[in-house]
Amino acid sequence: MFGFIASRLLQAIPVLLVVGFIAFALFAYVGDPVNMLLGQDHTEAQRLALVRQLGLDQPFFVQYGRFLCAALHGDFGISYRLAQPVGALLAERLPATLELAVTASVLAFAIGVPMGVYTGIHRDTLVSRLFMTGSLVGVSLPTFLLGILLILVFSVWLGWLPSFGRGPVVHIGRWWTTGFASWAAIRCLILPAITLGLFQMTLIMRLVRAEMLEVLRADYIKFARARGLTRRSIDFGHALKNTLVPVITIIGLQFGGIVAFSLVTETVFQWPGMGLLLVQSVAAADIPVLSAYLLLIALVFVLINLAVDLLYYAVDPRLRSRR
Amino acid sequence: MPLLDVRDVTVEFPTRRGVLRALDKVSFSIESGEILGVVGESGAGKSLTGAAIIGLLERPGRIAGGEIRLNGERIDTLAAEPLRRIRGRRIGMIFQDPLTTLNPLYTIGRQLTETMQTHDRLSDADARRKAIGWLDRVGIPAAAQRIDAYPHEFSGGQRQRVVIALALCAEPALIVADEPTTALDVSVQAQIITLLKDLTRDQGTAVMLITHDMGVIAETAGRVAVMYAGRIAEIGPVADVIRHPAHPYTAGLMASIPSLEHRVPRLRQIDGAMPRLDALPTGCRFHPRCPKVFARCRDEQPDLLTAGATRAACWLHADG
Repeated sequence: MFGFIASRLLQAIPVLLVVGFIAFALFAYVGDPVNMLLGQDHTEAQRLALVRQLGLDQPFFVQYGRFLCAALHGDFGISYRLAQPVGALLAERLPATLELAVTASVLAFAIGVPMGVYTGIHRDTLVSRLFMTGSLVGVSLPTFLLGILLILVFSVWLGWLPSFGRGPVVHIGRWWTTGFASWAAIRCLILPAITLGLFQMTLIMRLVRAEMLEVLRADYIKFARARGLTRRSIDFGHALKNTLVPVITIIGLQFGGIVAFSLVTETVFQWPGMGLLLVQSVAAADIPVLSAYLLLIALVFVLINLAVDLLYYAVDPRLRSRR
Repeated sequence: MPLLDVRDVTVEFPTRRGVLRALDKVSFSIESGEILGVVGESGAGKSLTGAAIIGLLERPGRIAGGEIRLNGERIDTLAAEPLRRIRGRRIGMIFQDPLTTLNPLYTIGRQLTETMQTHDRLSDADARRKAIGWLDRVGIPAAAQRIDAYPHEFSGGQRQRVVIALALCAEPALIVADEPTTALDVSVQAQIITLLKDLTRDQGTAVMLITHDMGVIAETAGRVAVMYAGRIAEIGPVADVIRHPAHPYTAGLMASIPSLEHRVPRLRQIDGAMPRLDALPTGCRFHPRCPKVFARCRDEQPDLLTAGATRAACWLHADG
């Protein structure tokens, strides 16, 4: 097991190096930091001095190496736009995005799986048809529209839930802020989490349904029935567990997607997370933030893939013994 | 009173092009502790009969007529929940392919204990002890260590042993064994049949042994039912059916089995093929292939008639 994790992490190194290279190339090919720092009026001597000070006269690979070295120490440079260290900037935004993404995923999983099991077992009931039709809406409705609709209904018309922001957050330790500590902040979380999670929920539901239809035809399900096991145990134990491997894969990849690309939801709800930061940084061509973001997201995906692989091992004994 | 009494059971499949009658007035009974063999070609309705008895017909198939009684109690009209309690506890079932009948994600111990604990109040420790006992009885070596293994860690023959343990562990009075050896290696088949025979004899369990292997029936069963196109063609003691088949189909079936004692240059076969359910002939379903066909066979369908020691659905025995 330990060897497996170690080998997976080793495999992740080339991935991160390639992404790191792209992130570094952003500096070299998009915009000119010297021009940006010096502005319009400067002498050639000032320019050369800055170039030397920034190390831009060094060979390409030396610069790349220094970039990697700094990145490993958590130093991603200074944001052009905000004039703050990028690392601290991202660290400040990360908890907001992660809490939103986790809430949305848990919601999607907790509702999508039972709905998928139900529609898989009771294929032709009215409720199943309603779920299936509703899921089409969920899959095809664009996130921004859904967010705006939810705001319209629950914030503007009904006035039940706040329409933007994260509410009062509580600091935990040096880096983490949480919105789970107060009801006011949890209320802020509800609408964005639904907006972000609805698509995943419908996806999970449809996937679980399709897998259930497949698994319920299997011989071991017939044998379980022939032994008189209860429906509950067959449907939610024997059958559901056998649908989990593909479901875990999709949920894992989707979670990565949620963390990386929650920008639409975060923009609609002015959620102070990384997505909002990304949108603002793109608009301002804030290269240090963009390149650090790229690296961070690559790291997130690597970790999620590792987690998914470990979950396979937990679920399927055939994989465990093959090693 | 017989343990299982199947009377005039008819199974139908509604399809877009009309209702297909897959079983037509099948009647037979099984006594406690008896082994009844059921033979026939693929599609004759052997497995369907088994599925109807244990209440696991696949939709849209349904029992359209007749009745099934277990110890005198009607079980074909039971609701889902009482029927579930009968399955495993009073009627067990063994399937054909041991590679696919065990849940790959659960240890065999868990599958055994869950089955026993579903039907009986048993503490976890007792259930585990009994599960080890069952694995031991079906011949899994080092049962106490192997109980926590997963199905993929066993060979095909061992898995079928586990399947047998699972089918027997709640101590049903009747086992429906649907081709229990067909998917196994020839060298393992005999062991599994012997095991099944010994265990059911020790427990007094009756077996409905579905197979297309007459050799297995001859060695194992007391009586045999021969099925053809959804009906029972002949039923009777194995020795009589083999030596003096009363139905021309049974006779043809026996003649097509190779024998070591009488070497023949070419095995005999029954001309033609079993009719499809949507194109059944009038009268006796076997008449287009029957060498002894006469006028009545084309018009009227025979029920089981007494024919010496056996009973056969054939007009040749109309006066017997």
